[in-house]
Amino acid sequence: MASIGVQDRIVFQNVSKFYGEVLGINRVNLSIPAGITSLVGPNGSGKTTLLNLMTGLLQPSQGSISVLGISPTEPGQLFRRAGYCSQFDSFPRRLTGYQFIYGFLRIHGFGHPKADELTWQSLRQVKLEEAARRKVAGYSKGMRQRVKLAQAIAHQPDILILDEPLNGLDPLARAEMISLFQQLASSGLHVVISSHILHEVDLISDQVVLLDSGYVVAEGAIRGVRDEVKEHPAQILVRCDRPSQVAARLFQEDHIVEASLHEDQRGLLIRTRDSNRFYACLNRVVLEDQVQIETVAPADEDVESVYQYLIGQNGGAA
Amino acid sequence: MRSLIESLWSLVKEADWGLRARQASAVLRLEIKRILIGRRSLGVLLFSLFPAFVAFLTLIFSPAGSFEGLGGPPVVFAVLFRTVYLRLIIFFGCVLLFTNLFRGELLEGTLHYYFLTPMPRWCLAVGKFAAGVLAAFATFATTAGVTFLFLHANSGTDYLDRFLWNGPGLGHLSSYALVTLMAVIGYGAVFLLVGVTIRNPIIPAVLIYLWESLNLFLPVALKQISVIYYLESLCPVPIPQSAITILADPAPTWLSIPGLVGLTALLLWGAATRLRTAEIRYGGD
Repeated sequence: MASIGVQDRIVFQNVSKFYGEVLGINRVNLSIPAGITSLVGPNGSGKTTLLNLMTGLLQPSQGSISVLGISPTEPGQLFRRAGYCSQFDSFPRRLTGYQFIYGFLRIHGFGHPKADELTWQSLRQVKLEEAARRKVAGYSKGMRQRVKLAQAIAHQPDILILDEPLNGLDPLARAEMISLFQQLASSGLHVVISSHILHEVDLISDQVVLLDSGYVVAEGAIRGVRDEVKEHPAQILVRCDRPSQVAARLFQEDHIVEASLHEDQRGLLIRTRDSNRFYACLNRVVLEDQVQIETVAPADEDVESVYQYLIGQNGGAA
Repeated sequence: MRSLIESLWSLVKEADWGLRARQASAVLRLEIKRILIGRRSLGVLLFSLFPAFVAFLTLIFSPAGSFEGLGGPPVVFAVLFRTVYLRLIIFFGCVLLFTNLFRGELLEGTLHYYFLTPMPRWCLAVGKFAAGVLAAFATFATTAGVTFLFLHANSGTDYLDRFLWNGPGLGHLSSYALVTLMAVIGYGAVFLLVGVTIRNPIIPAVLIYLWESLNLFLPVALKQISVIYYLESLCPVPIPQSAITILADPAPTWLSIPGLVGLTALLLWGAATRLRTAEIRYGGD
C-alpha cells in the first residue's frame, strides 16, 4: 500500500463513510495508478460515494485520501488538476451550453480569450458545437451528459473522474465517448470511471475496482483479479484440428476440471484450476501429437465474468 | 479566537490575490444573473416598490404640502424608512435573497459545480455575498430613492428643487443610501450564515426579527447587541419616539460603520468555515 502523499496516484487509506448509521463505504484501501480504472459494483455498492469522497463533495468519516498528492479538502489545488463529471443531472438555470462551460472556466481564473478557446475546444471534443448556443434545459439526456463531460475536461485536467458517463448515450455516442476516454488515457491522464455497463468497461479498463456493499472486493488489472478467484476454475477456449484427442490428453492432468467439445467439433472449452500448468501441458500435447492449434484464448478473463464470480450471486443486477 | 487569527493569517499569506479576485468576480457575474432572474427577486422588487407606489399615489391624489402637519416630508420619509424599509423590506428582502444563495442551489442540485472548481470555498462565499449585496442594494436603494423623491415632491417641485440642490436633500439621500448599504451587508451576512448552517432558515429569521423589533423597548446595553441600533444611528433625520420607547443615544458613526463591517467579516468567516466542511448530499436536503 502506497503511503499518503504519493504524487502520481489516487490513494485511499482506511477510508470509511457513514451516512448517519447507514454504511457508504467501509475501510477502503486503494492505490490507483494512471490509466483507465473502472469502479464496478451493484447499485448501492459505494461507487458514487467513493468518487464524491475523492473530489471532496463528501468528507470521510475516517481515514485519509490523497489525489495526486493533494487532499480533497484543498479544492484550490485539486481542481487545477482534476475534473469530475458527476451523476447529478441538474444545471444552473437559463444557461446555454457555451455559457455553462465558459462561466465555470472563468471561475478557474482563465481570462476571456483562453476561456473562450477552451470552451469551444471541449465542445468540439464532445461534438456539441452546434448546440452550444442553445439552453442546456432544452438538451436531451445524451446532450446533457456530453455537456457535463465537456465541462469536466475543459480545463485540461490530469485526472478525469466520471460517474456513469455512458448513461443516456446512444450506441454511437457511447462508442465515441469510449474512444475519447481511451485517447485521454493514452495521453497520460488518470481516468476513473464508474459504470454498470460491464462489457463496455471491459473494453477500456486497465484496472478495475470491484465494490460490493461498501467494501472493495477486488482491485487491480483484470487478469490479476481473475487469477485471485480460485474457487472458479479458469475457462480457456482452444480451437484446433483434433479437439477430442487434446481433451483426452488433458483429462490426465489433475488441474483440469472439465473439457467440453465445441458444437462444430473444431474446438474445446477447458476449465482448469491452474492456467499456467494448463498452458505448459498444452505445449507438450502440441509438440508430441502434432496438433494444429488455431487459437487459445481465455473465455472468462473479463470484467463481466469476474463481476459474476465475486458479486453476481449476491449483488444482483449491476 | 485563536482559530480565527490562524484562518486570517493563512488567508493573508495566500499569495495569489489577483486570482482570487478574478474568481470571486466570476462567481459574482454568474450569481447576479441567477439572482436577478429568480422569482424571489421579483417578489422582493415588488415588495420594495410598494412604499414607492403609495408615495406616488399621495403625490397624485393628496393636496400639496399635506405632510407639513406631520413634521414635513423629511420626517415622514425618516419614519417610513426606519419602520417600513429597514424593519420590513430590507430585513425580509435579505432573508429571502441571502438564505437562498447556498440553500437555493442545494435545492436545485447545482451547488456541486462551484465545489468542483479550483477555488477555496471562502472565495465562493465572498463572490456570492458580493452578488447578493449588489442585487439587494440596487433594488432597495433605487426604490427607497424613488419613494424619497415622490414624498418630497408632494410639497411642490420648487420645494424639492431647493431641498435637493440648496438644502440638505442630497446629503439625506446619500446617508440613506449608506444606511441601505450597511443594512444589506449586515443583514445579508447574518442570513448568509443562517442559510449555510441551518436547514430551515425561517425559524432563526423570525427569532432575529423579534429581537430586532424588540430593540425599541430594550435597555440601552441590550440595544447595542443588534444591527438595527447601529443602522438607525446612521440615519440623518431623528424621528419622534413613543412614550414606551427606551431612548438611547445613537452610536457614533466611527463605531457604527466599522462595527457593522467587522460583524459582517466575522459572519462571513463563520459561513466560510462552515462551507469548508460542507458536503453535497442533495437527497438529504
